[in-house]
Amino acid sequence: MDTTFSSEDLAFQKEVRDFIANNYPQSLRDSIAEKKRNNEELSREDLTTWHKILGKNKGWSVPGWPEQYGGAGFTPTQKYIFEQECARAECVIVAPFGPQMCAPVIYTFGNEEQKAKHLPGILSGEVFWCQGYSEPGSGSDLASLKTTAVKEGDHYIINGQKTWTTLAQHADWIFCLVRTNPDAAKPQEGISFILIDMKTPGIEVRPIYLMDGINEVNEVWFDNVKVPAENLIGQENMGWTYAKFLLAHERSGIAQVARSKKAIERIKQIAAAEMSYGEPLIQDPAFQRKIAEAELELTSLEYTELRTLAKDSAGKGPGPESSLLKIKGTDMQQKLTELAMEAVGYYANPHMGTSLSNEYVGPDYSTNLSGSYFNFRKASIYGGSNEIQRNIIAKMVLGL
Amino acid sequence: MHFELTEEQTLLENMVTAFVRDDYNWETREKIVKTEEGWKPENWYKFAELGLLSVPFSEDHGGLGGTAVDSMVVMEQFGKGLVVEPFMPSILLSGNLISKLANESQANEIIPKIIEGESRYVFAYAEPQSRFDLSDVKTSATKDGDEYTLNGFKSVVFGASMATHIIIAARTSGDQRSEDGITLFLVDIKSNGITLQTYPTIDEYRASEVVIENLKISSDMVLGEVDKAYPVVEEVIDLATIAACSEAVGVLQVLKDSTIDYCKQRKQFGQPISKNQAIQHKLVDMMIEYEQAKSILYAAVTADLSNADERKKAVSGAKARIGQSIKFVGESAIQLHGGMGMVDEYMISHYFKRATMLGVLFGNVDFHMKRFVGLTQSNIEPIDGSSTIRGGY
Repeated sequence: MDTTFSSEDLAFQKEVRDFIANNYPQSLRDSIAEKKRNNEELSREDLTTWHKILGKNKGWSVPGWPEQYGGAGFTPTQKYIFEQECARAECVIVAPFGPQMCAPVIYTFGNEEQKAKHLPGILSGEVFWCQGYSEPGSGSDLASLKTTAVKEGDHYIINGQKTWTTLAQHADWIFCLVRTNPDAAKPQEGISFILIDMKTPGIEVRPIYLMDGINEVNEVWFDNVKVPAENLIGQENMGWTYAKFLLAHERSGIAQVARSKKAIERIKQIAAAEMSYGEPLIQDPAFQRKIAEAELELTSLEYTELRTLAKDSAGKGPGPESSLLKIKGTDMQQKLTELAMEAVGYYANPHMGTSLSNEYVGPDYSTNLSGSYFNFRKASIYGGSNEIQRNIIAKMVLGL
Repeated sequence: MHFELTEEQTLLENMVTAFVRDDYNWETREKIVKTEEGWKPENWYKFAELGLLSVPFSEDHGGLGGTAVDSMVVMEQFGKGLVVEPFMPSILLSGNLISKLANESQANEIIPKIIEGESRYVFAYAEPQSRFDLSDVKTSATKDGDEYTLNGFKSVVFGASMATHIIIAARTSGDQRSEDGITLFLVDIKSNGITLQTYPTIDEYRASEVVIENLKISSDMVLGEVDKAYPVVEEVIDLATIAACSEAVGVLQVLKDSTIDYCKQRKQFGQPISKNQAIQHKLVDMMIEYEQAKSILYAAVTADLSNADERKKAVSGAKARIGQSIKFVGESAIQLHGGMGMVDEYMISHYFKRATMLGVLFGNVDFHMKRFVGLTQSNIEPIDGSSTIRGGY
């Protein structure tokens, strides 16, 4: 057992740290800080600038891809170091829909034309993707989806509605699960995986505003949308297999340990600035205990993730154990947004950045912390709710 | 970065696993704990043969020069078998004290006998008023010429009735709770002035209250430096705490696995109770708690234990977190076993009791949380309220 970094790892850590210091634009940092302060959505530019910079540097925008497709080919330790350093420097997250979700399906199940057409744009950050899975009637029971794709000549005609589609307002492409065989014996057997250009006539994106006032997710409507048949991935009616593969990929990146570490550091600093009973809040035993419990849970989670990474590097891909990382990682994110909100007391109340609020009130660090708390209730719901994750572990790991 | 054991550690693990499997099945253990002595001395010679008794000692003294990972490997397996022989108090606690503090002549005299299995030392540190505070020592040692006279009382000394010698922490100077002024004495347990009141513990181990009255000890028997024992005691208790955590992880694994098996077999309403989602989710949460406990143990054994602050943080963090797992996994195991979980005859309750007592040993959740807070939440620079940069989420 050894968790110290080798000299190669340390050199890599320095390389990443230096790269971020020299290449992460201050203008991007300022722009995102300003948006957060004003409770505004990030622009497409905010979301893709860093992705594009990383894409020009040895495939660092797609650390998990195999090298033959331009991926960085990181070892598990390098992946861990890379995430640590990006979190440490508070770099904006590279949106996962293209790089971590759609691309692995394309390079695993797609044909050569599809790889050549789509992978370079995902790597470079020029093409922005969104995920068309959930529907109004299909949440956890995804296989019940109703959006149809009917083949007419060399096209599919798509009709139906997707929902909770994150950042669809910026997307150039959407990868969708659609029903190609309504008569299949099992609902899972009639589903296909298809790529759709968002500029195709008949697609309409309608914003959904969540309880923090932000338009992060959308409805995407399809009205007789004509999609070339060559956009179908793999075989018709085999989409469920690809979807399950993708969900495992989605879960493995979801623990966000490094970002949570940074968040705890920040909560401590806020608690050192906030006063309670005439003393800094960080000296209140009740609050101290909450921070300590969160910190220990996170250390445990970090080592659970490292153990999983070590297993991955021994050649075993992400398995159902990644459900554990999803459950605990999202618990952690929710706990930390809660603690941050709690730390600022009454200043959790002001809702800044709306058309009705003009002057900022309270310390700057308190702005919209409650918004984050409310926003992060999503984490235990998306990517397969945490109850569904428990069902997966029960079945696949414990054999119940 | 990896979590593999070395070849030697794998051999050690296989050896201990084989011992628990072949020499320590449930019926055998039941017989052992019901004897008056509460242990099987032949097992101790078996440990000697297997080389286990040499784990904490340096290679210069014929030892294994074992690390925290070596202790973990042994204790995790002992936990799975609920092994009652006093390996932790005698070898990982007292042995480690001797290894770190004995002068050359003491080491040459004592260590070979321990490794051969002839001598067993236990360490008497806790007192009725001290709770988990290692610096709270009332037992006094006053010097007169070349001799010390000890008076006092030591609480819940595990394995004392099985020991040949006892190491006593006594106050040679300073106030009752001062870290400075604590001295250790090597004492033959049969000495005049020592009285043991021995009893079984709730988890079927043996412990003793130790009454010390006008015990005369030669100054040659001082272990380490006079007045300066505290930092080493703290370090050695920390390392033993990792051993307790390791044992707990072994115990928790049995609690978790046995409960899963039981729920698959137990039928109600015409089907195994494991088909119910309420039961499934509870079992999943037990598995998660077990994995989280194991992970923070790995964090502790791979931490830089030679750095005092890092060591304290790692140890208290692990003990506090594992203490929470013990409560959840233990209580859930009993709940899901239903009435069978309550029965003394069935093994699950014994694992629950051992796990719970390991939660107390060397400091409970509250004690270690408080210690962890002290190490991780002091001297935090307050954030600037006019800064516009926001981090985390």
